[in-house]
Amino acid sequence: MKPTTTVLDVARIRESFPILQREVSPGVPLVYLDSAATSQRPVQVMQAIDEFYRKHNANIHRGVHRLAEEATEAYEAARGRIADFIGAASPREIVFVRNTTEAINLVARTWGEVNLGAGDVVLLTEMEHHSNLVPWQMLAAKLGFRLEFVPVDEQGLLDMDAYKELLGHGPKLVGFTHMSNVTGTINPAAEMTAMAHAAGAVVLVDGAQSVPHMPVDVQQIDADFLAFSGHKMLGPTGVGALYGRQELLEAMPPFLGGGDMIKRVSLEGFSTNEVPYKFEAGTPAIAEAVGLGAAVDFLSEIGMAAVHAHEQVMIAYALERLEEVPGLRVFGPAPELKGAVASFTFPGAHPHDIAQILDSVGVAVRAGHHCAMPLHQKFNIPATTRASFYIYNRIDEVDRLIEGLYKVREYFG
Amino acid sequence: MDDLYREQIIDHYKNPRMRGTLEPHDYSYSDDNPVCGDHLRIDLRVDETGRITEAAFDGEGCAISQASADLLVESVVGKTLEEVKQLSKDDVLELLGIELGPVRLKCALLSLKVLKAGVYGLEELEEELV
Repeated sequence: MKPTTTVLDVARIRESFPILQREVSPGVPLVYLDSAATSQRPVQVMQAIDEFYRKHNANIHRGVHRLAEEATEAYEAARGRIADFIGAASPREIVFVRNTTEAINLVARTWGEVNLGAGDVVLLTEMEHHSNLVPWQMLAAKLGFRLEFVPVDEQGLLDMDAYKELLGHGPKLVGFTHMSNVTGTINPAAEMTAMAHAAGAVVLVDGAQSVPHMPVDVQQIDADFLAFSGHKMLGPTGVGALYGRQELLEAMPPFLGGGDMIKRVSLEGFSTNEVPYKFEAGTPAIAEAVGLGAAVDFLSEIGMAAVHAHEQVMIAYALERLEEVPGLRVFGPAPELKGAVASFTFPGAHPHDIAQILDSVGVAVRAGHHCAMPLHQKFNIPATTRASFYIYNRIDEVDRLIEGLYKVREYFG
Repeated sequence: MDDLYREQIIDHYKNPRMRGTLEPHDYSYSDDNPVCGDHLRIDLRVDETGRITEAAFDGEGCAISQASADLLVESVVGKTLEEVKQLSKDDVLELLGIELGPVRLKCALLSLKVLKAGVYGLEELEEELV
């Protein structure tokens, strides 16, 4: 049944997103269903960046002048807001990075380099995005440890019995996505970290899809590392965060070398700065971090429980309507077990063609393997078309998607 | 839009004339389009004068890439390898009869890339062996 409302005042939220007012071609309004790739940004985020450049711009740390002080304050305030947003015990546990990919590479190249070696096991899952797969493959080739994978079943859920068994191999690190960017599957993070910790493993959670879309509390799920990107949660591109438990961060070697990550430098050597600065070499994306802080404020004001509740209504209705389309196959579990992501195939029509025809009616979706080739191989399909929803999507936009799919059927059915 | 998926394209996509593989073949080459996961293989048989007598393609991909492969492979039968080397992007677009943006252009030109890589690659290999 078509819901009439969700918990969010979507019309009011949309006022903050000018891009959603535009037309794709004359008379064809944009229906943006590609937020799992990158979200749109509200004017509040754009204004925060604009104001930073207009009034406070300077390089951060060590500057004594007024602007440097204000810039440092704005940058560190953003760190604090992000720490609060994910329930970190201290802002010192938040390392600014470019994106989720860099966050995971940072863990691999620092924690991984000193803690992993020949004979060790790193346990990942079959549903990982390439960003939580390739860094470990690269490091495994260098250090000689073994990668193992928790299998995914036909519904797109992790096989928890197999997980338990694989933990018996004594992995040093367990890395898994909190929410699949293909099936939308929400993995039971708290349960999985508890089991991994009981087996003696350190746990890295890829929060790229979960942090923007649902309440995530690092202490509640007890993650040792949590990686996420700003651009998927209303923030700018080029900034993301790595949460790391403080004692782990302190024991890790630095990542990139250069300015800001040092305490003292002589021609012969250096000593490292304290966390998190030890991992932030060079001038960071200051204005972008400030913008991410504004994005966190925007989301906090709405409330992440409300964001998730809205998306639950959206995905339940989307799945119901997608099932009406003859032949269409959606991958992933029941709506209550997933986020607002629907990846599907359509007999006789390639995802690229589907996306192209949907674009002609203004509906923006993604087509391809969504940086999860192994999961597509598991499902025995080369690619899918993916529609993903966020706070600014209206219920009737699901109908626009379905209308577009009937048009696809006219061509390819 | 209606232009892009005009009848000829859909027809060659749904009912390809040249789909298959040739065993044995004189030339064969495969490649992928990593962006969308498309895969294409083209096989050729060539007579002693260097003229293509039979051609076939196999693979999977979008309507644009598959229709373009079918049309292109169909068009090279009877051509010499030298003539194949002269084929350009415009020749493929003329076969398709549509205008394409930069993203879909890659789909359309995968077949030309595979065809040319096959023809050039093997000849270079032969030169090395001489």
